[in-house]
Amino acid sequence: MRYALRRLGFFVLTLWVALTLNFLLPRLMPGNPALAMLTKFRDVSATPQTLHALEILFGVNSQQSLLSQYGSYLQHILTGNLGISLSEYPIPVTTVIGSAIWWTLGLVGVATILAFILGTGLGIVSAWRRGSKLDSIVPPTFVITSAIPYFWVAMVLILVFGLTLHWFPSQGGYYVTTDTPGLNLTFFQDVVNHAFLPAVSLLITTIGTWILTMRNTMITTLAEDYVRMARAKGLPARRIMFDYAARNAILPNLTGFAMSLGFVVSGAILIEYVFNYPGVGYMLLQAVSGEDYPLMQGLFLLITVAVLFAILVADLLTALLDPRTRTAS
Amino acid sequence: MTDTPVLEVSGLCVDYVLERGDVRAVDDVSFTLNRGEFLGIVGESGCGKSTLLFAVAQLLSPPARVAEGSVKFEGTEMVGLTDQQLSAIRWRDMSVVMQSAMNALNPVKSIGAQFKDAMRAHGKPGREEIAARSAEVLRMVGIDPVHLGSYPHQLSGGMRQRAMIAMALLFTPDLVIMDEPTSALDVVAQRSLMVQIKQLQVTYGFAVIFVTHDMSLISHFSDRLMVMYAGQVDELGATRAVFDRPLHPYTQGLLEAFPSIHGPKVPLKGIPGNPPDLARLPAGCRFHPRCPHAVDKCSQVAPELAAIDDALVRCLRRQDGSLPVKTSQPTSATRGA
Amino acid sequence: MAMPVSGVPTETSRTAFQVPAGRAFARVGRAVRSNRKATVGTVLLVIFILIAVFPWVIARDSPSQDAYTPQLGISTAHLLGTNHYGQDLFSQLVWGTRNVLIIAFAVGVATTGIAVLIGIAAAYLGGLWDSSLNVLTDVLLVIPLFPLLIIIAAYARGGTTLVLIIAITLTSWSYTARQLRSQALTLRNRDFLEAARVRGERKLYIIVVEVIPTMTSLIVASFLTNALYAVLFASSLQFIGLGDPNTVSWGTTLYWAENNAALQTGEPLWAIAPGACIAVLGAAFALLNYAFDEIGNPALRPVRKPARRKA
Repeated sequence: MRYALRRLGFFVLTLWVALTLNFLLPRLMPGNPALAMLTKFRDVSATPQTLHALEILFGVNSQQSLLSQYGSYLQHILTGNLGISLSEYPIPVTTVIGSAIWWTLGLVGVATILAFILGTGLGIVSAWRRGSKLDSIVPPTFVITSAIPYFWVAMVLILVFGLTLHWFPSQGGYYVTTDTPGLNLTFFQDVVNHAFLPAVSLLITTIGTWILTMRNTMITTLAEDYVRMARAKGLPARRIMFDYAARNAILPNLTGFAMSLGFVVSGAILIEYVFNYPGVGYMLLQAVSGEDYPLMQGLFLLITVAVLFAILVADLLTALLDPRTRTAS
Repeated sequence: MTDTPVLEVSGLCVDYVLERGDVRAVDDVSFTLNRGEFLGIVGESGCGKSTLLFAVAQLLSPPARVAEGSVKFEGTEMVGLTDQQLSAIRWRDMSVVMQSAMNALNPVKSIGAQFKDAMRAHGKPGREEIAARSAEVLRMVGIDPVHLGSYPHQLSGGMRQRAMIAMALLFTPDLVIMDEPTSALDVVAQRSLMVQIKQLQVTYGFAVIFVTHDMSLISHFSDRLMVMYAGQVDELGATRAVFDRPLHPYTQGLLEAFPSIHGPKVPLKGIPGNPPDLARLPAGCRFHPRCPHAVDKCSQVAPELAAIDDALVRCLRRQDGSLPVKTSQPTSATRGA
Repeated sequence: MAMPVSGVPTETSRTAFQVPAGRAFARVGRAVRSNRKATVGTVLLVIFILIAVFPWVIARDSPSQDAYTPQLGISTAHLLGTNHYGQDLFSQLVWGTRNVLIIAFAVGVATTGIAVLIGIAAAYLGGLWDSSLNVLTDVLLVIPLFPLLIIIAAYARGGTTLVLIIAITLTSWSYTARQLRSQALTLRNRDFLEAARVRGERKLYIIVVEVIPTMTSLIVASFLTNALYAVLFASSLQFIGLGDPNTVSWGTTLYWAENNAALQTGEPLWAIAPGACIAVLGAAFALLNYAFDEIGNPALRPVRKPARRKA
């Protein structure tokens, strides 16, 4: 229980740091970028209230002290008011984000879960069969794949499977001209078709880490006395592999999962960009080039919160699986 | 059937396969263990005793491997059998107790769950049978069965060791192999654990191979004693005989290294030097650089294990009679302390 | 972008005695030669370094001069063809190596330096210092770095190479700091440090002379990791247009390629080639890193299957 509370406290703390960073960044940057953005808003004839809200969010022309700006900022953010998007004026940021979120969740969620399951499984088997042909190919191959930039894999896949072989579409989330979003089979098929290459890109680049980390921790775990003991007890090989070795080896993997989430996010952003996939990452980059700071800020906060939350879940899962953390003081 | 020795080890050699060449950690070890016999194996760290133990239990992992020799358990040859073939014998007829229970018990499973795993691996016991037997073995070692639900890290060191011993006795096997199970405990706990082990052994009649570096501890409990040095057996005989009349200079050195509470104050004598690097063994007798009785021949000829009276000893000078046998000084080890 | 391979904490089994620098290098040299991954990685890295230092040796054309006919294919005059603007792609990549390696080494050194300071200081100062540094590190660890980098670069209105280096350094030191701190903590109680303390050595001496040399393999591995991520992060940022588009670098070449829809308009090499360079350099760092992991932790080394001998 105490462990859970501590992780929750950490979650709140990091959230606060992220919010504060978000608050400080535009104010710290030289050249007052916010001012430039504000001019653009005036160009679209933004209402005075909108302008005022922006001044608070970004600290332009503000008569208030930094501290009270901070207070209003926090109040705005915590009540879900992330401002109005510039590029989609006058739609509020929260609505704009809402349209993109499901695309990313689907893509990243599915690809990550697949990568985790396949990667961990392959890592376990590879470690169990130390010295076999499988084990001599696996580590070097995936060491190399884990160093390949995400966008390059995406590009190669587009080139080969999208543009040359025409097996899969190479852009977008669905055929915007011919399909309308809805709960029908054609749309669903269309979505899966479009998501295939991006998902495979994400899978290829992220699976390497799972395999290698799991294999390394498994190798160390397999050398532990309790595994030798399990052999001595005559337990069947599969039970030793999963119940004794993998269950212990996976624990450091879970904490690694937390840290690698940040990288999964980066990968998703880049892959969405290359594929013009209408998710949160693509939207972020569009916002950057359009200097739509409210949208940018909102997306950053969303991504951060999502990652922090996932880490919290992973931490609590570790506590569930490892009785030592539960009773640790 | 009762005449077949429980264990027959002959010519066992274990190598570590390393990049710079193979290193022989266990060199030509042979011994026989009869039903209900308690064999102690003593030696310094690195002498190969733990490796020998694992080799006997077929628990070696790469880079260690059995290079030569045979290990016959109740008549069946075990070297070369796969884990699957061995699983029938494992735990039911031969079990293992390791040095550190903290490392030997799965940290994420409760004690009871680990007992259950062992029982389920051999036969199909029902839930009540598992619970009853688990409670029974815990009581045998003096632990309250309520701890079946505890995790290893929740028990004290002594309790963990005893839980491991309880687990080893789940099927009251014919042979229990113990690798320094008391080393991690304080002196008082050590003694009480040893007493308990001996009691269990006498009650249930299983044979024991007990590896330790603590000669004084083992002397009260073992029937026979084997002294290992640098991978070889240097002396093997009845415990009493080895203590009263140590034949090998190394054994003598070991005995003289233990201070006695009783009797006159005798200056402590250690054995100078260090055990040899197994990759760079001295020529001739492996012990000769540290032996107070070494002569020229000792650095040229490697002695074989030969019988003298009822014991086996690996020493040239003993074998050719140039070093007369004498009774050792009484130490706390030899007097029933 | 790649994810961290968190292997087992590499605990060096060095003896207490200081290894003189010369012998340490000889040992490293031997280890590199015997480990195939390390050899490949080192060779690749050396090739890249040579290219960066002497680019004119293999690429005679100026990279930014758009003097040639656009969209030429591969030929002996233009090894990788020309791009949409008539620039020679091969020389762009060759000259771009310099920028990439500068970023890689600058960030690698800076990040590892900061991490060494903070990580080891936290382990040795203990108490309140340790707790607060720890919390700082952990917090920075979980905040997703790439989005943060994007916003920083966005607010900076696109940055020069220096801005990239600073931004990446500031966001990447925390992982290494954490690793170094945990290893420093395990070392803190080792006997040889106890001996130094009893001798009366000052804390700074202990840290610099006793602790840091023992952690050399971890520090080198961290340098390699950070260099790798610097390359990936920097080229990604340049790729999406947040670097200086006028510098010659692999990421910026990619940016221009993407801007001109190179893949779709039949100039695939423009997009694929720089990416391939990044991949190869990244592979070099990663292989070296993996090899160092194996050198430091013998348990991970490839297991030699023993030859079948007659029993």
